[in-house]
Amino acid sequence: MTKKEKKNLMRIIAAVILVILCTVLKLEGYLRFAVYMAAYLIVGYDILKKAFKGILKKQIFDENFLMATATVGAVLLGEYTEAVAVMLFYQIGELFQSYAIGKSRRNISALMDIRPDYANVETDGKMEQIDPDEVEIGTVITVLPGERIPIDGIVVSGTSTLDTSALTGESVPRGAKEGDEVLSGCINMDGLLKISTTKEFGESTVARILDLVENASSKKSRSEQFISRFAHYYTPAVCYSALALAVIPPVVIMLMGKDPEFSKWIYRALTFLVISCPCALVISIPLSFFAGIGGASKNGILIKGSNYLEALSKVKTLVFDKTGTVTKGVFEVTEIVPVNISKEDLLYLTAYCENYSNHPIARSIKTAYGQDIDESLISDIQEISGHGVTAVIAGRKVACGNEKLMKRLGIEFEKADSIGTVVYVGVEDRYVGYITVSDVIKENAARTFSLLKNAGVTNTVMLTGDSKTVADKVAEKLKIDKVYSELLPDQKVAILEDIIKTGNGKVGFVGDGINDAPALTQADVGIAMGALGSDAAIEAADIVLMDDDIIKLVTAINIARKCIRIVYENIYFAIGIKLRCLVLGAIGKSNMWMAIFADVGVMVIAVINAIRTLVVKKV
Amino acid sequence: MKKNYKIEVDCANCANKMEEAAKKTEGVKDAVVNFMTLKMTVTFEEGYEPKEVMERVRENCKVVEDECEIYL
Repeated sequence: MTKKEKKNLMRIIAAVILVILCTVLKLEGYLRFAVYMAAYLIVGYDILKKAFKGILKKQIFDENFLMATATVGAVLLGEYTEAVAVMLFYQIGELFQSYAIGKSRRNISALMDIRPDYANVETDGKMEQIDPDEVEIGTVITVLPGERIPIDGIVVSGTSTLDTSALTGESVPRGAKEGDEVLSGCINMDGLLKISTTKEFGESTVARILDLVENASSKKSRSEQFISRFAHYYTPAVCYSALALAVIPPVVIMLMGKDPEFSKWIYRALTFLVISCPCALVISIPLSFFAGIGGASKNGILIKGSNYLEALSKVKTLVFDKTGTVTKGVFEVTEIVPVNISKEDLLYLTAYCENYSNHPIARSIKTAYGQDIDESLISDIQEISGHGVTAVIAGRKVACGNEKLMKRLGIEFEKADSIGTVVYVGVEDRYVGYITVSDVIKENAARTFSLLKNAGVTNTVMLTGDSKTVADKVAEKLKIDKVYSELLPDQKVAILEDIIKTGNGKVGFVGDGINDAPALTQADVGIAMGALGSDAAIEAADIVLMDDDIIKLVTAINIARKCIRIVYENIYFAIGIKLRCLVLGAIGKSNMWMAIFADVGVMVIAVINAIRTLVVKKV
Repeated sequence: MKKNYKIEVDCANCANKMEEAAKKTEGVKDAVVNFMTLKMTVTFEEGYEPKEVMERVRENCKVVEDECEIYL
């Protein structure tokens, strides 16, 4: 608690004690009035003072002025118990709000507390801690075990493991050795690293991320704009109706020749004033967004604005780029199917045969083989363009290639039915099996797509420059609704535009930030994956998933939907209760106690509800 | 030109009022008050000196909310 909060708490306690004393001692008459007034002044003197100042500045819709008018009015009507109660609860509400906001501010900043305070720089053989802002590019900094890397750079000496959890939300350790590029924000776990900086602190990953998250809640969402506009009209509207309520009904009744009961109507008008403060609404909405963005960043999901969080919750169509997003973007041997030969032999013969080829497919086969190749065993290599390779390996004639090569050599083979590129192998003109090389689908991809359906995404689309057969098979396996294959980069943007025009709901585009910056900007929500260290992706996207794991997409959408749900709950709840109290107040069915609940109680509940946004469920 | 300022304000609605007051100030193109981070981001009109404009912004904010502060 801050000093100010403590002081207010003491005032509240003092006033409560006075009120209790008054009741316990059963004080009557003037003494009772005097004690109540003392309590009223102790707890409300600052409101009265501010109200007076407000009048001088012609700020009549200032909440202090409203509270002062309501309570002073109540005292004049002889309802001084209620006057004290209103002031007391109003102050309790303010105290709670101030405390809750302060606490969540600190909580969320703690989540984002990855700002390094210093960098170790060696000068004249002595290590000095200096402000990261003052470190020039090319300076060699030392990072001790347990310290956070302050500035992006390249390791010049030392080896260590890095904890990247501050950036990605996942604590998978990464190795770092001489020559490796390392990012600021990672924690050096065991070894001592000397790093030559490649960027200034302000341009380093950690500074950019902090800047992004801190400024995120300044881009206001439509709910926030709605609520400030609402607040703008709500207070004056309630105040004028209070005035009308105090004057019109009694005058009408008087004209009808009956007793106008002025004090009854004034009392009802005063309850209006108590309800007129819009703070519950105004505070809970930005608080929800702030907590949502904070909770997301803790999980390695950067959201660049409350407006994007809102848009993400309404995404109905998600468009994916294939390579690097749905698949790993790396070719790997996924199948080895031998015929009348051992698996090892098939791989060995193929790897030897493809030894001199530099094609990505050949390289992935050699990686799968994993042993040194004795080049003296290979002779008579012949590369037949568009077909494959033939060679003599340890005296045996081996042919590796596509269907065309098999047909050309007259080797009978069985057509393989697999996703990816198939390499058929023949030995001495006899078919011995095939090896499939393909871009591997990410581990969590299938789960992601099925969870997305539960998260309200009704339509999934995949765009790829890859061949139709491969694309269709990937889509079938992952149950993607629609596929466009064999596309050029500008066609991707055109198709996306089309989907945005014809589709309902918001359209999101998910890419890896490489070559798809135009699409990321085009979509309602651009989501870049695996963007750790990729400035272009962070720049172009609205939402950035720091690591490669596609399941984070589901986490992001869940956070967004929960946040928006809480925002709407609070809007309906707060406005609903307030309107109900206004109506009941107007017809005399509610009193000031109820009005206090509508003001303070609703605020407390809305704030507690908003803080729920911070909790993120792992998928 | 865009600049960030640290502010001090107690309630969310007062922050909204500050934002409105700042927006109406001469020389201010746009202003956003972020209550959660207690920051005010002001975009200035061409040809205005931020320092002078901010003095006026502070004055206008003090009118709508006596207890606010902008750290210039």
